[in-house]
Amino acid sequence: MADKSKDVSSIYSPIAKMNLRTKTLLTIGLTVFILVAVVITSLFINSADITTNFNAMNQAPSFEHLFGTDWMGRDMFTRTMKGLGLSVQIGAGASILSSVIAIILAFVGSINSKLDSFIAWLVDLFLSVPHILLIILISIGLGGGAFGVTMGVALTHWTSLTRILRAEIKQINTSEFVKLSQRFGKSKIWIAKKHILPLVITQIIVGTILIFPHAIMHEASVTFLGFGLSPHEPAIGIILSESMKYLATGNWWLALFPGLALLIIVLLFDIAGENIKKLLDPTSANE
Amino acid sequence: MLKNEKLLKFLGKKIVRFIILLIFVILLSFILIDMSPINPVKTYIANLGVVSPEKIAILESYWGVNEPITTKMFNWLANIIHLDFGTSLIYRAPVLDVIKQKFVASLVLMLSSWIFSGVIGFLLGVVAGFKKDTIIDKAIKVYCYILQSAPTFWIALLFLMVFSVYLGWFPTGLGVPVGTLSENVSFWDWLQRLILPMITLSVVGIASITLFTRDKLIDVMNSDYFLFAKARGESGWNLIVRHGIRNVLLPAITLQFLGFSELFGGAVLVEQIFTYPGIGQAAVSAGLRSDVPLLLGIVIFSAIFVYCGNLIADVLYNFVDPRIREGEEDGG
Repeated sequence: MADKSKDVSSIYSPIAKMNLRTKTLLTIGLTVFILVAVVITSLFINSADITTNFNAMNQAPSFEHLFGTDWMGRDMFTRTMKGLGLSVQIGAGASILSSVIAIILAFVGSINSKLDSFIAWLVDLFLSVPHILLIILISIGLGGGAFGVTMGVALTHWTSLTRILRAEIKQINTSEFVKLSQRFGKSKIWIAKKHILPLVITQIIVGTILIFPHAIMHEASVTFLGFGLSPHEPAIGIILSESMKYLATGNWWLALFPGLALLIIVLLFDIAGENIKKLLDPTSANE
Repeated sequence: MLKNEKLLKFLGKKIVRFIILLIFVILLSFILIDMSPINPVKTYIANLGVVSPEKIAILESYWGVNEPITTKMFNWLANIIHLDFGTSLIYRAPVLDVIKQKFVASLVLMLSSWIFSGVIGFLLGVVAGFKKDTIIDKAIKVYCYILQSAPTFWIALLFLMVFSVYLGWFPTGLGVPVGTLSENVSFWDWLQRLILPMITLSVVGIASITLFTRDKLIDVMNSDYFLFAKARGESGWNLIVRHGIRNVLLPAITLQFLGFSELFGGAVLVEQIFTYPGIGQAAVSAGLRSDVPLLLGIVIFSAIFVYCGNLIADVLYNFVDPRIREGEEDGG
């Protein structure tokens, strides 16, 4: 069956489409490679390696120090890489947790209409306060630190995926094969597992990856404001908030490169997400 | 049914829904704050200096530290109904007064950048959609994708660095000088301090509206009536203005109203960096310095602000667009 459909597509699809597929695969491969490389590099950087060196304070970027050095002579490239790794890790934790919340709520909502409108109301509740304020509140409530921010971001980013899954599940529930299974007396859990999950798994994967960029950016913002990670961590938000004190003295590299690196990471996740969506859900590739 | 009657009924329903939502927002934020290790008495004392244990006991009973959460919550809720939000610990003034003053400053910032980003974003979107697949379109798209991935506070930092430190066009300490009342600041000073945060907030807000407008316009350009207009001999800007913009404008405005939440979030970061004395900066200092009454007050007012945006978007969507109005009547 699978072979046949493959044959058909290879005969009838124009070369342009095959190229798009190859291109998509290549893009995914490349972005994922860079992201994995960043995380692995950051894991190998020992915090002790970021030593202070007062002979090399406030140096502008050079080949020796690609991103320059700060007021304590620390190499900014190493600090940035470590910070990016930390961002991706927190982003991963928050995104996965967010998706789990979204999946649970979406399935709970599909049980009956009362629960469904409750879930819709819950989405409204979490969207009624600006995200950043809610993350700050949750972060304060949980005592701050990495745990506070991760939970703050996780508890605020499930709304969009929940909405998508809810709509999708509603549509599947009205389809004939689900009705047929219900008549056959299959349990709701069986239907959820055999009929619904295989159809929404794409949305879940893509949704999780697309939460990443938001999660990373919000974590950095909240940390920048002083509610997230402690000042001892080499997080991007911390690096940038420290750099503010040195802007007036002309240390432009302290703010430019770490922020740019964060932007690239966020962009890579976006590109990876969009391309994985194209790959798993070919109809969306024509949008 | 009469249109006004329908609108009133719609608004009434929405407002009742909102009040219920607001109560839960209050409960949720109260529980979160109560879970936190913040102790209002300690914060209060930290600002006072040496305090005797007797005074601490009096203060503790005043703040109700040792009472159960339900009592605290009901006391606070009862006060809010009388519009008494308590006293801000860091500003030493009633929370309502602080919020009023800060919110006005923020509203000026947010609304000016909201209009600015809306107009520029819409125009860019129309141009990109009209010139689809050309260099201009690609340039606008790349610009939007990059801005969407850029952290707001980083853009603000760069702007501060370029325009204030290097070019010296704007003062670096952009806030109202310490100890100066906002009334004593001259209009020019104030405007000078407003421009850079406003531009930053606008630049960040443009991306979503541009991409949305572009996609919508491309949809319209693929429609049958657009093709028919072309067949009749219309072309160029005239065609876009008469058949394109008319159909795209309302959804774009609706989207812009739905963006109040992001606008507020952006304002928090931008105000912090430019030390603009608005509600966002007040929220951050309230959070950092454990000013619980002020923080809770700001949460409530931000929720009201966001809800106003959503409500206007709903009204526009349901009552202004003639197509949706008719569709509703068709469906019963």
